[in-house]
Amino acid sequence: MVIYGVAALAVCMLAGTLLGELLGTALGVDANVGGVGFAMILLILVTHQLRRRDKFPEASEQGVLFWSAMYIPIVVAMASAQNVVKAVTGGPMAILAGLGATALGFAVVPAMARIGEPGEPLEPLTTPTSDEKQKA
Amino acid sequence: MDQFTSVMADNGLLVAFAVVGTLMLAGGWLSRKLTRGRLQGSAIAILLGLVLAYWGGTVTDGQHGLADFAALSGLSLMGGAMLRDFAIVSTAYGVDLKVIRRAGLSGGLSILLGVLLSFVVGAVVAALFGYTDARSLATIGAGAATYIVGPVTGTAVGASSDVIALSVAAGLVKSVVVMVGTPLIAPLIGLNNPKSAMAFGGLLGTTSGVAGGLAATDKRLVPYGAMTATFYTGVGCLLGPSLFYVVLRAIVGG
Repeated sequence: MVIYGVAALAVCMLAGTLLGELLGTALGVDANVGGVGFAMILLILVTHQLRRRDKFPEASEQGVLFWSAMYIPIVVAMASAQNVVKAVTGGPMAILAGLGATALGFAVVPAMARIGEPGEPLEPLTTPTSDEKQKA
Repeated sequence: MDQFTSVMADNGLLVAFAVVGTLMLAGGWLSRKLTRGRLQGSAIAILLGLVLAYWGGTVTDGQHGLADFAALSGLSLMGGAMLRDFAIVSTAYGVDLKVIRRAGLSGGLSILLGVLLSFVVGAVVAALFGYTDARSLATIGAGAATYIVGPVTGTAVGASSDVIALSVAAGLVKSVVVMVGTPLIAPLIGLNNPKSAMAFGGLLGTTSGVAGGLAATDKRLVPYGAMTATFYTGVGCLLGPSLFYVVLRAIVGG
């Protein structure tokens, strides 16, 4: 059933978030440390085990894949609910600080990605727009 | 009109689905007509969302962009942290854990370096604009990390509220620029594989920015970038009020 997939996803997310909160408290910071990351690793491990035992049929899979397909629309909703006015009217200092940190971050990506084994580029997307339409 | 608004407000999430669906449709159409598919439809939809958020913010004087219109309040539920993180976690389905483990070292170092670089850039910019006290420098530097690290650090070290507000603004600028800029800059920085996506997530760190930027670049990179970005804010909140503030105080004295 589809709900099994959604429920598995929800349980992983809740467990990961809780773990992130506990880690934050243990470190003495008022923030969730890595909750989403823990949840992702949990989801990968749990579904891998379930699939190996044939306990995660396609219907359950659909419950996870639906939310994966909703990811971009959710990001669009998030963008439309951002406090953009404050970002734009924050004054030159806020804009410069934000821009500078972003530019430097972008610039260092190639150097950091070179540490360890080189990464394999993903296969090029075939006609991304039609692909997206199908997913949406 | 009252009835219209109340029906819309009572069914906020459904209105959000309809609005976002329309934005995606418009984004896909503009992508085909104006850029011949070179700029992805989702990137244009995100950009449209940001522009509308700006317009909504100026009209309503609120803090949640388009969602400050009562009829569109569902956008903040659909785009809020709960569903966003839920969807981010779902993208990890089918990801090979081995790939993540192989890129673990570079991803982990990226988080530390990313937080550090943001702190330094933010503090230097603040110093250029005439701030001399360690409290303000630390808070604005932390804001250049993310708009959550800024206020957390500012509150912890006792910065003034206008400095905290500036730090939030700096973080918002970063998040918006990452959302819009990533698809444009991706080919230049080799952002086309899981490993560079993990480095990217760790270096930029703003969850909303990384989530939006990678979605607009290549959706398959999302789980890798999100994996490291999720640790960034925590590390920033850990280092901001402690190590970073202490070092700054040693440099500027007070």
